[in-house]
Amino acid sequence: MSFFKTLGEKPWLAQTGEIPLINNAEQTILKGKTALKFFLAVVGVIFFLFTVTFLSRTQFPDFMALSGEPWQPFTNPVQLWYNSVALLIGGIALQWAKVSAKENHLNRALAGIIVGIFFSLSFLIGQLLVWNQLYDLGYVLTSNPANSYFYLFTAVHGLHILGGLVALSKVTFQFIRKNSLTKLSAGISLCATYWHFLFVVWLLLFALLTSSPETYKTIAQLCGF
Amino acid sequence: MSYTAIADQPEGESHDPDTFITKYIYSQDHKVIAIQYTITAIVVGLVALVLSGLMRLQLGFPDTFSFIDPTNYYQFITMHGMIMVIYLLTALLLGGFGNYLIPLMVGARDMVFPFLNMLSFWFYFVSVLVLMASFFVTGGPTGAGWTLYPPQAILEGTPGSGWGIILMLISLTIFIIAFTMGGLNYVTTVLQARARGMSLMRMPLTIWGIFVATILGLLAFPALLVSAIMMLLDKIVGTSFFMPAVVSMGEQLNYSGGSPILFQHLFWFFGHPEVYIVALPAFGMVSDVLAVHARKNIFGYRMMVWAIVAIGGLSFIVWAHHMYVSGMNPYFGFFFATTTLIIAVPTALKVYNWVLTLYRGNIHLRPPMLFAIGFIFTFTHGGLTGLFLGNVVVDLPLSDTYFVVAHFHMVMGVSPIMVLFAAIYHWFPLVSGKHLNDKLSRLHFWITFLGTYAIYLPMHYLGFLGVPRRYYAMGDTDFIPASAQTLNANITVAALIVGLAQLIFIYNVIRSLSKGEKSEPNPWQATSLEWQTPDFPPKHGNWGKTLPVVYRWAYDFSVPGAKYDFIPQNVAQEDVEPEDLEREGLDQDGGDGEISSEGVESMGDKT
Repeated sequence: MSFFKTLGEKPWLAQTGEIPLINNAEQTILKGKTALKFFLAVVGVIFFLFTVTFLSRTQFPDFMALSGEPWQPFTNPVQLWYNSVALLIGGIALQWAKVSAKENHLNRALAGIIVGIFFSLSFLIGQLLVWNQLYDLGYVLTSNPANSYFYLFTAVHGLHILGGLVALSKVTFQFIRKNSLTKLSAGISLCATYWHFLFVVWLLLFALLTSSPETYKTIAQLCGF
Repeated sequence: MSYTAIADQPEGESHDPDTFITKYIYSQDHKVIAIQYTITAIVVGLVALVLSGLMRLQLGFPDTFSFIDPTNYYQFITMHGMIMVIYLLTALLLGGFGNYLIPLMVGARDMVFPFLNMLSFWFYFVSVLVLMASFFVTGGPTGAGWTLYPPQAILEGTPGSGWGIILMLISLTIFIIAFTMGGLNYVTTVLQARARGMSLMRMPLTIWGIFVATILGLLAFPALLVSAIMMLLDKIVGTSFFMPAVVSMGEQLNYSGGSPILFQHLFWFFGHPEVYIVALPAFGMVSDVLAVHARKNIFGYRMMVWAIVAIGGLSFIVWAHHMYVSGMNPYFGFFFATTTLIIAVPTALKVYNWVLTLYRGNIHLRPPMLFAIGFIFTFTHGGLTGLFLGNVVVDLPLSDTYFVVAHFHMVMGVSPIMVLFAAIYHWFPLVSGKHLNDKLSRLHFWITFLGTYAIYLPMHYLGFLGVPRRYYAMGDTDFIPASAQTLNANITVAALIVGLAQLIFIYNVIRSLSKGEKSEPNPWQATSLEWQTPDFPPKHGNWGKTLPVVYRWAYDFSVPGAKYDFIPQNVAQEDVEPEDLEREGLDQDGGDGEISSEGVESMGDKT
């Protein structure tokens, strides 16, 4: 554990030997990576806390889960599966763009970005369609806490994807203006990580939001709610 | 040995300021942003100070001031609490001092993301504007208490339950976004932009405190964000995240089944780490001020770092001690009481180490040192009452009394403020190149220090008597003697005096900026990097052409065998001037001798 090793250093002892270099050539990427790690931690905490409140709310008598019985909308959530696949493809495309940029294949990288943006947008539009369907079925925001949570979770998640798209387009425009492939590569690499993270979050949310009341009960009992 | 530091790499933009706007308004220089944060925080803090004065007028002399009705009173306490905790302390300690000191103390040219840093300030500024706007909307600002507990916070009957609470929640959301942008900058700068040789364990404790507090903030503020979003939805759209079925004003509302306790858990999951978000930077800064002005290395540096890390970790598992009376499983109460008492161990350790740093130090009782020592007093007193309140059985009768008010004001109101003043007096020469007036500073210290005791010590007694907090007026009760009102009136007088005394400070700062005595570089003869910049005060880019190289920790004071009683961090071992053995006892050297004799004088005054 290097962290504990660091904490065990004795800084009052005199400097011996060469002073180690803290800054090195990879610094630009490193600072982005560090900031992203912390940012993902923040986002992770946000979704974690929403989830905790959700799980505790599921155990209140007025909570009507959106799945479990045949007539409920998410017993067979086809549209959500489509959306998940779209987001997955978006992430894979960005991963491909990242690898291509590292290997100096500029066209492939740009193609990857475009495919990534396209499928991420499709995911967002797909989510809006689900909202629309729910609304038409009479599952409005306020009619039940399960609906409220569904809209809330998907909205917050969608906003994070939107933020990612802003960052991604910024990286791309910067490249078009300045033509630095290293910077593009670093930027895409961060975006790809962010996309994978949001995909995992989405899978967890998907599983959570389409579970049956029995599953909620089991989880809640395990957590002690 | 040549190397290229991050800020020197060609692709990094230098964002040199060339016009008035880029230099002072949309500046990306961490020092300018720090000053912007500081000024905004102090201005909004003064608003909160005036509010507390109004509250005290009502409490000390009820039925005297017709312009304070119960509605206003609740709005005053709410806005006072929220502004002080979040918009003043958090913003000033992290946004102000964090911004100013991190790059300078770790030897960087600026924060790693200067644009984001600028954005962070402007988001903070907007959040303050939104908050202030709530004073001018229909119904006024929210009066729900700074904890904003639902259901009452958003129901009619509570002052400001319309636009007031909405603006408050929006303002908090914007603040959290601002903090996250700033916070990512602080942690990344500390981790990735340190000068060569500046290992983590060579950082001054100020940076450790700010660093760990920022991580706490990044992980704790989301809880407030989550609860703010859900409460906004409950208020505006009518969801039932927190709102139970309620009959309000004889009318059944459309809410059902929500859990207000859930909000309390979320709020305090943020709220307790928030205490340490404020306290840890203060711990760090006071350690440095004590070491510099006692000319001694900080006692137990590693232990101090470990304590900061341990307190940071523990602060996430004590939150429910704010909720003993809300009702919870008794085993939970036991758990949270235990963790709460455990957190006193690293905290006490820090207090011992501060005192042991003073022990046999060459104490210079200059204004920053006065405030730092004052902090040790106020913090110890506030901390000890925390040990009482951490126990469930003691907390139950004392909950929501003035005892609690006195406790948290001592521990997280007065104490961080003492450190803030210590820090401002300590670093003012660095920021402005001028000295503050010494006499005014001392006057400010004594009125503030003694005055806070005059305010909060009697409050403990009122708490024991059972005087409840948040009451507009006491009315006639059987169990509270009439003399309690006399005490209350005295507290009010003391509070008004302390409040007015802060004008001395403001006057001192403004006057010194133009007429203050010019400060020589490194006036306190400190070792840490921020005082070793080629220009004094530091210019844009901080370090001139080359970044500093660090050879030692930040506490090489009074090292045996060295000529001067401090060795800056960027002085290599071979460059340390050895003690002049022949001239021992005949120290004719200018700066050093002057400071020492002044120190001896001040010590003489006290003994």
